[in-house]
Amino acid sequence: MTEEIVIAGFGGQGVLSMGKIMAYSGMMQDMEVSWMPSYGPEMRGGTANVNVILSDERISSPILRSFDTAIILNQQSLDKFEHAVKPGGMLIYDGNGITRHPERKDITVYRIDAAEEASKLKMQKVFNMFVLGGFMKVKPILKTEYVIKGLKKSLPERYHSLIPMNEDAIKRGMELIRLKSECIG
Amino acid sequence: MAEITFNDIIKPENLTYKKSKLMTDNVMHYCPGCGHGTAHQVLAEVLEEENLQERTVGITPVGCSVLMYNYIDVDFQEAAHGRAPALATAVKRLMPDKFVFTYQGDGDLAAIGTAETIHTCNRGENILILFINNGIYGMTGGQMAPTTLEGMKSSTSPYGRDISMMGSPIKMADIVAMLPGTCYVTRQSVNTAGGVRKLKKAIKKAVQYQNEKRGTCFIEVVSNCPSGWKMTPVESNKWMEENMFLFYPLGDIKVPAEK
Amino acid sequence: MEKELRLMKGNEAIAEAAIRAGADGYFGYPITPQSEILEYLMEANPQTTTGMVVLQAESEVAAINMVYGGAACGKKVMTSSSSPGISLKQEGITYIAGAELPCLIVNVVRGGPGLGTIQPAQSDYFQATKGGGHGDYHLLVLAPSSVQEMADFVELGFDLAFKYRNPVMILSDGAIGQMMEKVWLKPQKKRSEEILPWATTGKPASRPRNIITSLDLDPERQEKFNFKLIAKYREMEENEVRFEEFMTDDAEYIFVAYGTSARLCQKALQLARAEGIKAGLLRPITLFPYPKKRLNELADRVKGMLAVEMSAGQMVEDVMLSVNGKTRVSHYGRMGGMIPTPDEVLENMKSFIKG
Ligand SMILES: Cc1ncc(C[n+]2csc(CCOP(=O)(O)OP(=O)(O)O)c2C)c(N)n1
Ligand code: SF4
Ligand SMILES: [Mg+2]
Repeated sequence: MTEEIVIAGFGGQGVLSMGKIMAYSGMMQDMEVSWMPSYGPEMRGGTANVNVILSDERISSPILRSFDTAIILNQQSLDKFEHAVKPGGMLIYDGNGITRHPERKDITVYRIDAAEEASKLKMQKVFNMFVLGGFMKVKPILKTEYVIKGLKKSLPERYHSLIPMNEDAIKRGMELIRLKSECIG
Repeated sequence: MAEITFNDIIKPENLTYKKSKLMTDNVMHYCPGCGHGTAHQVLAEVLEEENLQERTVGITPVGCSVLMYNYIDVDFQEAAHGRAPALATAVKRLMPDKFVFTYQGDGDLAAIGTAETIHTCNRGENILILFINNGIYGMTGGQMAPTTLEGMKSSTSPYGRDISMMGSPIKMADIVAMLPGTCYVTRQSVNTAGGVRKLKKAIKKAVQYQNEKRGTCFIEVVSNCPSGWKMTPVESNKWMEENMFLFYPLGDIKVPAEK
Repeated sequence: MEKELRLMKGNEAIAEAAIRAGADGYFGYPITPQSEILEYLMEANPQTTTGMVVLQAESEVAAINMVYGGAACGKKVMTSSSSPGISLKQEGITYIAGAELPCLIVNVVRGGPGLGTIQPAQSDYFQATKGGGHGDYHLLVLAPSSVQEMADFVELGFDLAFKYRNPVMILSDGAIGQMMEKVWLKPQKKRSEEILPWATTGKPASRPRNIITSLDLDPERQEKFNFKLIAKYREMEENEVRFEEFMTDDAEYIFVAYGTSARLCQKALQLARAEGIKAGLLRPITLFPYPKKRLNELADRVKGMLAVEMSAGQMVEDVMLSVNGKTRVSHYGRMGGMIPTPDEVLENMKSFIKG
């Protein structure tokens, strides 16, 4: 099993940290992992993206231009990465602020309105965990208990009190995700 | 120094909201609330009002303002990190009738470029050095600068600047003021309309002194870096007023005798 | 302390490995994409644990000269930077090589020339392997291609530096510096308290005074010293060549690539094999000394070699020198911070095979 993932969105949306948690969780599950961020001033207010690979084998190239799964959190990133999903692959996107929705027919498209739900529940801080929950539901590679272990390992001690909130967000995200074709409007 | 009154501020020459003709339409890459953009605008206004476009050569630093050449419509050279005063020296010596300025951050001017700064000022090169002191390395992501205040946290002073290990913040304006080559050394700000107005006056003086070949003009602008300081723009201005201005008091440090 | 598994950026791995290797000092100046090394060390604050000195210098010039001073005391000292900063260090590096001092220099390469870009590149190969500063000298150059090797090569680098009394460079790039992978960290080593006989530590009555210098005004003596350096480099070529091979046993065509490019080529190699192309990969780990002999041997039985580099074609010259006309050699590269994709690399191999 090798899962090649891109996560992309605005700087501030938790794109890099979501990737980090995935990588940590993969490591806890004894997988080979790599996390390759975009870096530099382009992140200042602009878009950020990260390539995450989870695999049972030694990882060859950590830098990719086509992906099994794209997790997309804004319009620019959707425009940039929709075409980078391998045929038969998967795209997950947050509908918030999207005016041009994914159009490809040769991939499976899921929608998760995580931003909306996070603000409704006043849990914007863990917005990215809703999305992660959605991913975990439709690509069950990472198990919740290991994600929690990963969070414990990646978060500084002073944030450990926030872990239950993260767990709630993951659970809610799992319920929230829908096939795009099943979404109304 | 006289208090600025409301009527001073609304005088046409003091209005700051009109975009200078020398500012290009390029979208600035600066973070919201950053002082660099305002400093650019003030400089551009002076260059425009003094009709300097045709005879100006600017030197940009390596720092957040490295791309300044995209924003002000005059000829520019891009120097290596810290070396802008050396380029400016050559430009002015080879073309003495040009108006030559450098625009430099604190890392650029007070760390890696200290030698160039000191020796350019010491030779009294007829140029303007515009020094944007935000107490941090903005561009590279918030590392400690030579001007970082005692106790201030940065990514390379995560426990606060400890002066026993990292030395005290450097007051470059005071240092260069001691050199006979400088003719005009002043410390200004861009966080208020009054500050902007005073900075503009200072740059105008520097133009005059450069025309009169009186030596190096050194204008420090104490500024902010909301991103590097990890504050909102409003918080960063407040913090700057309460901390930076105490250590780097605003006002003239050295003025030339009137002719 | 046991060995420890962590998920780390390449830059962080270098920093942590330096502490654990018992380094005495690190001197650096911020520059993207390697500022995390200094930042990590400042946060870890090893001065309070192992006693390792960490200092933010006022420039790269100052940093490398701090290294010069520390190395002359026989201490395990290092610096790191990225391309523009490494250019500034060249004066110090040639003095260190000329004074035969051990030290570790890390270059997390970004695209150039000039201020260039902050994205990854491999365009400093010539500078790293052919000298870099003035005078006849070489660094011993290690090229990591994973975060694990970033960590491992710190200790290896120090060991080689002291073995040969020669500066060692870790030639990495922005991709390996910024990416996170699993890394096994070695247990903490104690800092050495040994006083080296050549080091300037204060002259006891028992030995003549030690002078660290790279100056010799007498050309005959200077030439003799140059011959001594050459002999040292030959010894490195005998003993220290390191490389890794993938599927070269039956290969007809060989990718030659180091660092990040080698990772891309591993993937391109899988794709090629899936299409029935008999490809292989040789990954030089030491760039100086270069695996010349091995390439020359392989040249006897392969049909061609394709050097893949994120540069205009620098290492390819060493491939050509190694095979000395025995087989076809070509180059594929991207520049300016662009990273080739494995598909792109494969396409290039295919057109290379077509000739
Ligand atoms: C030789 C060299 N060393 C380091 C750097 C990396 N670098 C770019 S900008 C900068 C410091 C910027 O700080 P400052 O001058 O205070 O400007 P600011 O961004 O705060 O306006 C550094 C260290 C470089 N480009 N070149
Ligand atoms: S990093 Fe700081 S100095 Fe640079 S643009 Fe942002 S606020 Fe301004
Ligand atoms: Mg600054």
